[in-house]
This record gives sequence, structure tokens and C-alpha cells, in this order.
Amino acid sequence: MQGVVKTYGSFTAVDHVSFDIPKGVVFGMLGPNGAGKTSLIRIITNITKADAGQIWLDGEPLNSRHPEQIGYMPEERGLYKKMKVGEQLTYLARLKGLTAAQARQELGFWFKRFDIGTWWDKKVDELSKGMQQKVQFIATVLHKPKLLILDEPFSGLDPINANLIEAEIRELAQQGTSIIFSTHRMEQVEEMCDHIVLINKGKNVLEGRVAEVKQRFKENLFRIEYGNAQAFDLDATNPIFNIKKNEGQALTVQLAEGAATNDVLGYLINNGVEVRSFNELLPSINDIFIRRVGETIS
Amino acid sequence: MDKLWLIIQREYLTRVKKKSFILITLLSPILFVALFTIPVLVTIFSGKEKKSLLVSDDSGIFVPPTDASANVSFALAKEELPVLKRNYKTMGYDGVLHIPAVQGKTGKLQLSYFSEKQLSLSVVSYIERQVAEQVEAKKIKDAGYSEEVMESFKTDIGIEQEELAFNEKGELVETGKKSSAELATAIGFFAGFIIYIVLIFYGAMIMRSVMEEKTSRIVEVIISSVKPFQLMMGKIIGVSAVGITQMLIWMVMTFALTQVATAFLGADAMTMQSNMPMQQPTPEMASQAGVVFEAITNQNWAYILPLFLFFFIGGYFIYASLFAAVGASMGDDMGESQSLSLVAMAPIILSVILISPVVENPNSSLARWMSIFPLSSPVLMPARLAFEPPLWEVLLSMVVLAGSSVFFVWLSGRIYRVGVLLYGKKATLKEMVKWTFSKE
Repeated sequence: MQGVVKTYGSFTAVDHVSFDIPKGVVFGMLGPNGAGKTSLIRIITNITKADAGQIWLDGEPLNSRHPEQIGYMPEERGLYKKMKVGEQLTYLARLKGLTAAQARQELGFWFKRFDIGTWWDKKVDELSKGMQQKVQFIATVLHKPKLLILDEPFSGLDPINANLIEAEIRELAQQGTSIIFSTHRMEQVEEMCDHIVLINKGKNVLEGRVAEVKQRFKENLFRIEYGNAQAFDLDATNPIFNIKKNEGQALTVQLAEGAATNDVLGYLINNGVEVRSFNELLPSINDIFIRRVGETIS
Repeated sequence: MDKLWLIIQREYLTRVKKKSFILITLLSPILFVALFTIPVLVTIFSGKEKKSLLVSDDSGIFVPPTDASANVSFALAKEELPVLKRNYKTMGYDGVLHIPAVQGKTGKLQLSYFSEKQLSLSVVSYIERQVAEQVEAKKIKDAGYSEEVMESFKTDIGIEQEELAFNEKGELVETGKKSSAELATAIGFFAGFIIYIVLIFYGAMIMRSVMEEKTSRIVEVIISSVKPFQLMMGKIIGVSAVGITQMLIWMVMTFALTQVATAFLGADAMTMQSNMPMQQPTPEMASQAGVVFEAITNQNWAYILPLFLFFFIGGYFIYASLFAAVGASMGDDMGESQSLSLVAMAPIILSVILISPVVENPNSSLARWMSIFPLSSPVLMPARLAFEPPLWEVLLSMVVLAGSSVFFVWLSGRIYRVGVLLYGKKATLKEMVKWTFSKE
């Protein structure tokens, strides 16, 4: 995606956004409400057109044949309530270009996998919300899309079904499906995503591999648990680190400029501190999110 | 194209398979036939009650008719009226009818009836006819005329309208075509109303369906697979197929049911009708029926029907797409959105109000221009067709309608495309105009 722009009247919803989604990767798209995520998704799914910029899918500029290779689960779930599950899924699959026979075959697979064989003739409004979510998920992946766009896929799911869907998403990614995962739930991002992009006010404010982003935003914070520190003067300043927090038996310290982790350990050991554990504290995606969004606002 | 076809199929099948559709489709003709047969049945079974009246006749003219099938029987009584009034019940009668003496050439004769129970309207008119006939016959006789002479005075007036035409040289050409203003009016009303009802009914069906797709958010899933325009067109065409199916079933069923109904009730209905004095066919009515029948066969059906169909289809596309656009612009709260549907409703309702003045004055300039204006022409031009409006008007109206249906489908497609993706509040008209010109 290169320099994509979308304006509505005088409002710029998407402002020169560029990023790459590697194949077979769970790609987190984050951003506060109204950041332009939905506008971006609608451009990728060919629902609307970008005013400027280019999008390629699998090396080919986005065109009207691509919707058949994209699966999209909108945040606001929607199914025909009065239509039977089997009929409805067949219809949605055929709109994605499958033949009736192909659709039946794929449906057989998914119905068995989710163990919902008895639902075929049930109307959607006879199902519970969680069950409807499963149906919606099947509708999204039935045609084996190359690109899957999931907007808040876990909202409204109980933990068991959430795990089930999570496992399916991972498996699809392993099989080479690229997945755009849009959410506000940062713990899910840490759990699921390999890559993230952070959108704010229509702009790409941060992008990269999750581990790499965390490294980039680390503040050289370490947590040290210790057994005994009688001999150690906690209030004494030293050139190697600052103590940020003291919980008794545990310290959070920030390395001084130019100091290395071994300097910290050496200093502590020399001062007779019995170190039990020593961990680097990487910022959570949540922290990074709040920091970056805060920065772009100011 | 494949996908459009899939959408049409779904829109059609889900509706046709619905229980409510099957019920309405099957029950309506039964209700329709019942509407006509129940009154007949009611009169057959309730009309058996007979009244027997005592007649106190001061005129000395009245001779009780000997019609055994009539529901009223008369018996002349010699006693004084006050005595009869006191005793009629013990004598075994329902009431007392008093006929006063006929004074000279008076045109008014006031009868009196005394009873505990009121007479029904049909019995009153039966008595009036019987007495009037006899009094008139007496007067004619007293004036010295024979009944034959009287009969020869009767004159039945009717106007037969015959169409004239002139060729290019201005010479008169006899067409021999007879027409009837009554029939043309009836056809006009019928055609206008049928189109009105269908447009409202199926238009509202499309509007509801668009709103449902929007509020259930399924629309976002669908239009990530197909173009919004395809979805809208699929819906419009699918619903039109539902309408055609329903009408075909109705036609077949109504025909079959009327056959059955007349077979069962026919004989009874006939005898009953001849019992009803007011409905006895007079020669006058027979000749009128002849004129109407001739006019019906004279109507240029090969001209009217295809044109009716053309205006029907054109109107359907205009209003179906308008209703779709309105449905797409509605918010989540269906109640507050009602006012928006007036955008599509108002022109149809206005057209139906205009049917009456247009049919009464089919060549007025109101009739001419409103049957060319595309939002009213689908209702008003068919209402005028039986009056054979000038060809240029029909052609102009057709061209305008064809162009406008394309325009309205395009316009609605533009509004629909934006509207279905915006959630929350209903749109204002201003916003809808803005959407029309917004880019994709």
C-alpha cells in the first residue's frame, strides 16, 4: 500500500498511508476510534476507492476481481436473520465466486470442524450470539481468501469460542493467508500479531514487527528481584542507573546513558545485593499506543 | 452478471418461500371471492322471512298481487283503521297498511304503515312499487287512455358516441368506432389504481428490505463481494419477479374460484336476483348493457394493454429505486425515519388524487402535463389511455418516462451506495443530494 489518500469533503480520513503486509502474517491494525481504520479497510475491500495512492495485492494492482480473494468480517456483524444458516453461507460463498458444489464441499469441511452439523437448517436468529459469530467467521473464510480482514474478531465471544477462532486464525496464517487484524484490545495484539501498524488521524504513525517496535520504544528499564539488601543504600545515587520504583524485594531501574546491563549487575553484586532475577522491561503495545497517539495529538 | 443473477434469485426465493407470502397469496383471492359471494349468501339465507300485511284501502283501487314468490303478502280488510291497529296481531298479521283515498290528479300519495316492527327498505320499496303501479294504471284508465297508448309514450334515451377521423386532405372518414364515456372512465380509474397499489406495495417492500440489510449490517459483507448497484438492482428485479408471480397466481386462482363459486351459487343467485324487484332487468338496462359490451369489444385493447404494461414497468423502476434510496438513507430508528419515506410516497399519492380530475377531463392541460411528468405519468397516463389521448402526448410521455427511469435508477444508485454504509441518524435531503455527487 503506497501513499493512499481518502477524503470525505474537507475531511481527510486517510492521509498518505503506506505499509506492507507480508504473506502469512497476522498484521495488527491499531488506532483510536475515528483514526481511519474503517476507511482503509473499505478501500482494501474495494467498497470505496482511494483518491490517490496505489494498493497491490499479491503483486497486482487492486482491481475488481480481487474481492473474491479477500475475506472481510466487519466489526458490526451482519447476517440475514431470517435465512437458514446453510443457505445463507452457500449464497455468500457464491457471491465470492464459488460454485454451488464448491460451496457445499467447503461448508461440509467447516461444519465438521466446528461440529455444527445440526445448524444447517436453522435460521440465524435462532442461534445465540456466539454461534452467529462462528457462522460469520465461516462466511469470511469459506472461499479461502488470500487476504483476511478481521475487524474486532473476538468481540462478543466467550473464552472457549475465542480460543477456537484464535486457533483457526493462526492456522490460516500458517497456511499463508495474510491477515489484517483490527482491534482496540492491546493484549490481543501482543498475543496474535507479528506486525503492527498504528494509524492516527489518518496517518501511519508507527509500523513494524512487534518485537522490533518494542525494542524501538524501550526505555532501558529493568526489574531486579533480590533476596537481601541490608548492605545496600537504596537512596544513594550512582552513575549506572536510577531507581524508578522500590517495592521491597524488587526494584525497577533505568539504565543511565552509556551503561550496560552487566554494569548494573556488577554494581549490585559488589554492593552485596543478592540478585534473584534480572529482567528487561519492554514497553507493552498498550504503552506504545498511548504514547504515540499522545505524541501525535500534541 | 452472474452475481446479479444470484442476488435476484435470493431476493426472489426468500420472499416466495416465506409463510406470509404463501398465506397472503393464497388467501387474498379467497377473500376477494368471499367479498362477492357472502352478500349473495346472506340475502339468500336471510331473505326468507315473509311479512303479511293487512291493508285498509280507502282508495278502493288496491288489488293484492298474487305473486307467491314475493316476501310480502297483502290481505284487504274491511274493518276501520283504529280497529285494525288494535287487533292486527291477534288476527295473525305483521302490521297494517293504510292507503288513503286518491284525490283527483294529485301526484303524491302518502301511505301509512302501523306496526310494532319497522319494515326493511326493500319491503318498503316493494310496497311502493306495487301501489304506484296500480294507482297509475287507474289514473290512465280514468283519463281514457288505453295501456297500449301509454306504453307508446315511453322513451328511452341513450347517447352513443362514435368516433370521427379526418384524413390528410381534411376529408371525413367514418371509423364506425363506438365508445362509451362510462367505460373509459371505469378503465381509467381501474388502471390508475392498480398501478398505484402495486407501486406502493412493492416499493414499501423494497424499502423495508434495504433497511433490514442496513440495520443488520449484512450489507457491508455483501458489498465487499458485489457492487452496491448490483445489490440494489438485484433487489428491484427480484421483487418485481415476486410481484409477477403473485399476480399470476391471483389471476389463475380468481378465475378458478369464480368458476367454482358460480357453479355452486349460480342457480340460487339467479333466482334470488329475480326475486329482488329492484334488480329486475328492464329493457332499458339491457340496451345499456349492450352498449357497454359493444364499447368493451370496441376498446383498442391491443393498444391499451401494452402501453399499460410499459407505464407500469417504467413506474416500477422509478419508484422501486426511489424507495431503495430512501431505505438506504434511513437511520437505525425506523420510527423517526418514517418522514423520509414521504419523499417517495408524496408523488404517488398526489398522482392518485389526480386520477379523478384527469379522468373527468382527460384532455385538460392538467391531464396532459401530469401524464407526461414522469413521477405521475405511470399512474395518470394509463388512466387516460382509454380516452385515446393524442399520439404525440403518449409518445412524449413514454420517452420522458424511459429516460427518467434510467435517471432515477442512476440517482438512487448513487444515494444508495453511500447511504447503506452510514449508520446512525437518518439522512437529510441535503445530504442525499451531496451523496449523489460524491465520488466513489
